[in-house]
Amino acid sequence: MSYKFQESMSLAKPDAQDLTLKQKISIFIGFTGLFILILSLFNIDFPHKSLFLGLALGCITFGTILFSNQIYLKKSKGIKNDGVWFKSISSKGFLGWVTGVTLTLFYIVLYFYPYLLGLGEKGNPNTGLIALFDPLSSLLNGHDASQWFVYGTLYTLGILVFGYKFILKYRHNRYQQLRTSSVMFFQLAFAFLIPELMSRLNSESFSLPYYDLKSIWPLNYYNFEKYRIDEFINAGNIGLALLVFGVISIFIITPILTYKYGKRWYCSWVCGCGALAETVGDPFRQLSDKRQVAWKIERWVIHSVLVFVILMTTAVIYSYLGKDTSKYWLSKEVFLGLVGGLLSLVFVLSMIFKRQELGKDARYGAIGYFVIIISLMSIHFLDPHSKLFLFKAETLRTAYGFIIGSIFSGVIGTGFYPIFGSRVWCRFGCPMAAILGFQQRLFSKFRITTNGGQCISCGNCSNYCEMGIDVRSYAQKGENIVRSSCVGCGICSAVCPRGVLKLENGNVNGRINPNDILLGNDVNLMDILKR
Amino acid sequence: MEHVVIIGNGISGVTAARHIRKLSSKRITIISAESEYFFSRTALMYVYMGHMKFEHTQPYEDWFWKKNNIELIKGFVKTIDTNSKTLFFESGNSLKFDKLIIATGSKPNKFGWPGQDLKGVFGMYHKQDLESLEQLAPNNKVCKRAVIVGGGLIGIELAEMLHSRNIPVTFLVRESSFWNGVLPERESQMINRHIKGHHIDLRLSSNLKQINSDENGHVKSIIIEETGEEIACDLVGLTAGVSPNIEFLKSTEIEVNRGVLVNRHLETNIPNIYAIGDCAEQHEPIGNRRPIEAVWYTGRMMGEVIAQTICGKKMSYNPGHWFNSAKFFDIEYQTYGWVFSKPKENHRHFHWKHIDDNKCITIEYNTITSEFLGINTFGIRMRHETFNTWLNEKRDIDYVINHLSEANFDPELYNCYENDILITYKNQLQKA
Repeated sequence: MSYKFQESMSLAKPDAQDLTLKQKISIFIGFTGLFILILSLFNIDFPHKSLFLGLALGCITFGTILFSNQIYLKKSKGIKNDGVWFKSISSKGFLGWVTGVTLTLFYIVLYFYPYLLGLGEKGNPNTGLIALFDPLSSLLNGHDASQWFVYGTLYTLGILVFGYKFILKYRHNRYQQLRTSSVMFFQLAFAFLIPELMSRLNSESFSLPYYDLKSIWPLNYYNFEKYRIDEFINAGNIGLALLVFGVISIFIITPILTYKYGKRWYCSWVCGCGALAETVGDPFRQLSDKRQVAWKIERWVIHSVLVFVILMTTAVIYSYLGKDTSKYWLSKEVFLGLVGGLLSLVFVLSMIFKRQELGKDARYGAIGYFVIIISLMSIHFLDPHSKLFLFKAETLRTAYGFIIGSIFSGVIGTGFYPIFGSRVWCRFGCPMAAILGFQQRLFSKFRITTNGGQCISCGNCSNYCEMGIDVRSYAQKGENIVRSSCVGCGICSAVCPRGVLKLENGNVNGRINPNDILLGNDVNLMDILKR
Repeated sequence: MEHVVIIGNGISGVTAARHIRKLSSKRITIISAESEYFFSRTALMYVYMGHMKFEHTQPYEDWFWKKNNIELIKGFVKTIDTNSKTLFFESGNSLKFDKLIIATGSKPNKFGWPGQDLKGVFGMYHKQDLESLEQLAPNNKVCKRAVIVGGGLIGIELAEMLHSRNIPVTFLVRESSFWNGVLPERESQMINRHIKGHHIDLRLSSNLKQINSDENGHVKSIIIEETGEEIACDLVGLTAGVSPNIEFLKSTEIEVNRGVLVNRHLETNIPNIYAIGDCAEQHEPIGNRRPIEAVWYTGRMMGEVIAQTICGKKMSYNPGHWFNSAKFFDIEYQTYGWVFSKPKENHRHFHWKHIDDNKCITIEYNTITSEFLGINTFGIRMRHETFNTWLNEKRDIDYVINHLSEANFDPELYNCYENDILITYKNQLQKA
């Protein structure tokens, strides 16, 4: 089978939409800004750092805004996916691969070789790219920049400017506009400005850990490490309040909001990873793997990461707790008992009340992991000299930070945007998404409703699902979509040409509705098959 | 084991096969000359527009067919011997069947226009048509202008396709307004404006007289019947409706008219041979429906019914309330129940249009009983199930207008127009 339109060597270029003059100008401006950043990588010492930093970030912002205006404002409101699968950048073509490789290398340098970016080591001043950000950093937090400050700034800038682009692209769709405004706000305020300004309050006698309030354990897997707990506790009431908030957000806020709205309240309205995926990653959403085998892998991988983070966090907290309950009520043994009790409770309740809704592999997986965790705990109880979960807590923590925190969420999760799509981390790796997804699948009012018999199986919904859900396979059966991985971005509903899909929070009864016969046929036939 | 053979792997044939498999372990074979696997015909436009790749139009992964033990044959059936129950392929092979379902769909109409078989003239229906369009109109340098003949749903989709590659389009519509044989006048005119808003050169009340050829047998221009105007073009899309694709049955004993004639059980005149989907023609129309219904949904519904009959639960095709949908560039259209282009006797239309000229609804109701008969909705999504229930319950128009928000299916946080509609309705009542 040969399709001319899929061959990039074609003399007749299928994406005939040539750039306008204004678009060329905006590309020039944007890349000038980027070029300043690249120059600084080569240790070029700009004389007026604030000026050049402002120029670089300003040019990038202005260029992107101008370019977006050119693409979208001249056209009528509506779905703007023309040529998505023709463009090299968005269809795993040459530009896609170049971008993917560049991003991946950037992440490797960022995580493991920050001095290549100019991070001053052993008290030496910053140079290069990181030094360029020193003025902004000292303006906000009073210190020189770190590689994380540089990354955080670029990350936030990316979400803001590409968020603007996204809002223009969907300017007929209020759900998309409000959702995107929300992630832009949470990124700018909660992830970027507030923690930076908070660290201004720090002094010799008072110190708060860097805390992005919307980043909840287990996404924020280090939130309960000893140094942070010490800082929280030493910071008095404010610190304690933050610590309590961290715990409440896991056990109270999250379950309530997920019950009412599904996991989307977090994943596509608040979360920073989601924010990047929905804005910078939007041109790549169609690249997610829709095959059934990818779904099977997803279920095993993401839940394994969840088990890993629970083991790791338990081991870490356990390691610094005391043994004597008379000094403080939360001792090693009490803590372990609480963890074991909570896990057993969740396990038993799900198995009793929701067993019918769990797939075979989900049951096997749950039983398997439950048995492993409980037996590891029992081994430790029987032989207190053995290490909890066989490894030293520190080893588990470092391994998790390296494999999951750096490689999975950063290098693969974002670096591979142009190859695997924008939500690889959220789909395969994020333990927070696993917990929210578990709640969403079993204890939530959220679903995507399908509209009677109106589906024409066109496949736009599946194609543009960033989580790789085969939405069409449900819609063409007239069945609601209730999937743990759905982040509720609402794009399936937006791109549907027949008005078939609607994200809703409704009655829990009848939320899952397998249909053999769709609406449209005579009533007897539907009755016969429903029986 | 009984062998069920289905000719055609479109939505009708594939739905039949899937439901027969659910109900039985009969041997099932699907034959298609068009494509290896089932794909969504309605999605072909998105392949040309670059929204999707062809493989994305296939609703089932390739392993699905083997796993469900459905055999696929790629081949063209030349003729059928109904006595020996044998299909003969163009390749010379043959295949025996116990039960046969004909689901061969449609082909584009050609009305004997001079030049209709020139190079550069095509109809947008089959996968092969998409491939030839890609050759003929890859961009606006190869194809400097395209002319579309026929103002129906395929015509406007073809206009949207070509527009996505910045190819200038002249759109010849025979009627005085777009699709006004189906749409009420004010809706039709709103769509006219929307088409023109996308810089399509819309020519109403214009028929094609002839297509002119250049020295290589390629289309060079067309001439409009009414004005005699010649329009230079590199491509002519014929989209003046479709008709059943049943040439290969002409020499068989199966009774045909425009389509394969079937009774309410979808049986042809030959026992154990059935026809479903676009190619089937009812002896008597069902309700307000046409005897041939070339619609995705009815094809699917016939597939669901025939599977019951084949598996021993004889059932008649008994479609419920009419519904349909389409998209005109950026405006989505849905319809539930019957809204005619002109209200039938003792019927009236209630019409509401939003100020932005992109949203409107029309409700047809009975002036004597006030019974709600149907709704057309543009730019506002509505719930199929709700209207189906209201039609079953024979609700009156007051009830429908007052409960319209229950039927709203627009995404969350969208602006709602029910109040505005209610006010318009009350004002019209006072005037009436």
